[in-house]
This record gives sequence, C-alpha cells and structure tokens, in this order.
Amino acid sequence: MKRFNFHMFMPFAGVAGFIVVWYLAVWAQVVDPVLLPSPGQTFHALWTGMAGGQLGADFLKTVERTILSTLIAAVIAIPLGIFLGASEKLYRSVEFVIDFFRSTPASAVFPLFLVIFGVGEKTKISVAAFGASLVILFNVAYGVMNARKTRLLAAKVMGASRWRVLRDVLLLESLPQTFVGLRNGVSLALVIVVVAEMFIGSADGLGHRVFDAQQLFQMPDMYAAIFAAGALGYALNLIFLLIEKRFVHWAGK
Amino acid sequence: MPVRPPILRSLPGGRMDAGAERETAAHITIRSLCKRFENEAVYDNFDLDIPRGLLVSVFGPNGCGKSTLINMIAGLTPVDAGQILFDGKTIGEIRFGYVFQNYREALFPWLRAFSNIEYPLKLLRLPKAERKERVERLVAHLGVKIDLNRYPYELSGGQQQLVSIMRALIVEPEVLFLDEPFSALDYEMTLFMRDQLQRIFVETRTTTVFVSHDLEEAVYLADRVLLLSRRPAQVADFVTYDAPRPRTAAALSDAEFVGVKGHCLEVFQREVRRG
Repeated sequence: MKRFNFHMFMPFAGVAGFIVVWYLAVWAQVVDPVLLPSPGQTFHALWTGMAGGQLGADFLKTVERTILSTLIAAVIAIPLGIFLGASEKLYRSVEFVIDFFRSTPASAVFPLFLVIFGVGEKTKISVAAFGASLVILFNVAYGVMNARKTRLLAAKVMGASRWRVLRDVLLLESLPQTFVGLRNGVSLALVIVVVAEMFIGSADGLGHRVFDAQQLFQMPDMYAAIFAAGALGYALNLIFLLIEKRFVHWAGK
Repeated sequence: MPVRPPILRSLPGGRMDAGAERETAAHITIRSLCKRFENEAVYDNFDLDIPRGLLVSVFGPNGCGKSTLINMIAGLTPVDAGQILFDGKTIGEIRFGYVFQNYREALFPWLRAFSNIEYPLKLLRLPKAERKERVERLVAHLGVKIDLNRYPYELSGGQQQLVSIMRALIVEPEVLFLDEPFSALDYEMTLFMRDQLQRIFVETRTTTVFVSHDLEEAVYLADRVLLLSRRPAQVADFVTYDAPRPRTAAALSDAEFVGVKGHCLEVFQREVRRG
C-alpha cells in the first residue's frame, strides 16, 4: 500500500481548524450568541437555503447577473483592447483615461448610472460591465503590446500580411493576458453586482439576501448567504482557470 | 536523388586559376549600402557579392553589424541607402527562409510542430493536402526523427531549432538566412545541429548566409567566410574554405582547416585591435 498522502489533505486542515475555532468561540460565548450562530446552524441554513430554498434562487440570480455583465464587458473590451494595443501610440494616448476610470471605485458611479438607466436591472449590470470592461480592456491591450517581437517578425518574414499577423499571432499572443483580464473582470463584476443588489432597490440576488437577513436579524441565513457568495467567487475563478488551462496550454512554457 | 537547382554554373573555365575555378556567379549583389544607428555609421558605402549555391558565414567583432547585415539583406531592417538585389530582383520578389537565434520566441507555441512547419505554405494559400504532402516530403528528405505532433515547448532546444529550420525550408527558398541559430544550444546539441545544417545544405545547395559568433563554427560550415571590420563595417577578408563535404569532426584538426581558421583569427584580431 502507498503511504498516506498528507499533502492531499493539507487544504482541509485549514478548513477544519477554522470550524474548530468557530465552535470554540460559540461554546465560550466570546461573541453574543445572537450575532454568532454555531457552524451547525449556519450550514443547516446554507443547506436548506440552497436545496430548493430562497437562497438557491438568489444565488442563481447573482450568477446570471455576474455572467451577463462579464459577457457584455468581454464583447466590448476584447476587440477594443486588440485595436488599441495594436498601435502603441494610440494606447498611450488613451492610457490615462483608462487608468483613471479603472482606479475609480465602481460604487462611486452608481448614482450616475441610476440617473441614466433608472432603478433596475440595467443599472446593476451596466455598472458591473463598466468596471469589468476596463480591467479586461487594459489587460488585452497590454497582452497585445507585449507580444514577442521576434514572433511578429517571424510571421512578417514569412510573408504574412498585417491582417494575418493580427489574426494568427497577435490575437494568440495576447490570449494568456486576456484570460488574466477575464478572471479579474469576473471577480470585480461579482463584487459590483453583490453591492448593487444590497443597495439599489433589489428584490433578489445574494447581496439582497445578505442585507435582508441582517435587517431581520436572521444570522444563520446571513452567514449562509455570505458563504454562498464566497463559494461563487471561488468557483468562478476556478472555472476561468480551467478554461484558461484548456485553451492557453502554452502559457508560461 | 535530391533535386539540385541548376545553379552551380562555373564562370568560363580555362582563364581561371585553380582557386577561382570553384567561384560561382553572384547571387546576391549589395551596392553602396549605408546604414546609420543614432548618428553612427554601421555601413558606409558597403559593397559585396554573395556567390550562388554557397554557404557564407559572417564573422566579425562584437557589434560590427553582422546581424544588421543579414537583416538588411532579408528586408527585416530598412536600409538608409544602397541596393540589395537577388539576380536583379528585390527581396519581395523572391522566396527566402529566415531562422532566428531565439527559436523559443520565433516558433508559434499554440501550433504543433507540424503546423508550424506548414504555416508558410498556408500563407501561400496551398490546399491542405498539398501542404501535408510537402511537409512529409521535407521530413523524409532530411531524415528528421521528431514527433511533429508535439507542441514546440514539448521539444528539446535543438529539436525546436530544427523545426524552425524546416519552417524556413518548406517554401524551397532561393536564399536561406540564419542568425546565430545555434548559440542558445548546449555544446553537444550545437555539434549535432551543425551537422544537420551541413547535411541540409549538401542536399539543397541553397545559397545560405549564416551569422556566427563562433569562429570554429563559421569556418567549419562555410564555403566562404566573410570577415567584417569594425564600424563602419567593411569586408576585412572574404576567405575561401573548400574542404570536401560532408565534413566531420576530423576536419577540425585538418591542416587546411587549422590554416584557414588561423588566418581568419589573425584578420579578426587585427580588426579588433584597430578599434
């Protein structure tokens, strides 16, 4: 028999430790029991909520909004990023504007988007798409600009036209960086969507669920919704990493 | 039998002495070439004839513009003034192959080795079946034993450079350029690749311009060694080395090789000292 492989179980040690500390805190009543339910109560709320309860519906709503806004951001930002990155001069001239709005907290533009799109679905998705698109745009443009010069020369020397160089080399050269942008973009979109669901007259979504549970002092439900949001963020990142591994097999090699 | 281009015409015999008899007609003519980098002349009225069907090594002091020269001939670097013609045609009118020093960055990592090699044929819009047939013919012709279904990063450095060379050869080039192709390889692989290149050259007799920073390699592979001076670069010497091919490691201790290499070294050192 093979020896017991400790390394495989390393990640679970942290999880187990976290739960033990949590139980101890509840048992010792470090925090008011109303504010900190036990792990058992919380996971029960998570389980019943996700399996056919309201939490599951809110979870799906947030997934839908996050994916939709990331998709819109990608459709706009990827072609634009390639276009801007293909001409370094052009990118340098708009770089400040991109960096400025990329640095602006997306929450600061909520009122502006509310005025434009009104209280509703459009505002949530458009703010998230706005934030994500700038992240994607900047990564794609950098991916294109940092394409290996030798590779471009090699294509040129073989007689590739500008269009062929763009399609056959630049596009693929920028792909690893594009995926970095997509991963960061989807994370940001999730953050913005959850915040929007909390404060912009929302009737559903994980943000709404967390906020609602807190208002009603249903602490197990609130923690359950937080964990659901965490799991969603983690899963989205993981899914994009897997897609990246599949399509950008050459990255870093 | 490999197809030999009908280009090994000698100049009218009889009048020539024994040494010049091997001399063939110029394939590439360079006239009044000028190139400046940041106000320093790298080439100033440079003239050169590169003979047809020979392997010409380019050697010279560091920074004298060896790579710049072949990049200008290959059209990668624009010239400031002057003319470079191939049988009277410009670079845009001929088929040529170029092999970069950095194979890692020159190959396309998203394509399998086979697709890398056939890529120039794709640019020529040849149908798939013909592309496949031509790659297979080249592989058989060169006796290459690489799994072409692999991606470049799954191959060794030497194999990757061999794929690069095959990609350059697939168009059946009239001229082949190589810019220090083996300098990123370890010594064992370098020795192996020199022999591969020599074999390819013997098979195809393509006019080849080869930049090297290793004098031994430059002489070993060459029919002619072009020795450049310091900037602005001039032809310090254009040495003939006509030992029969295929040359083996034994040729490295051959009296003729040692003599030619010694002469090249002397010219080189004279040029270095002059700077």
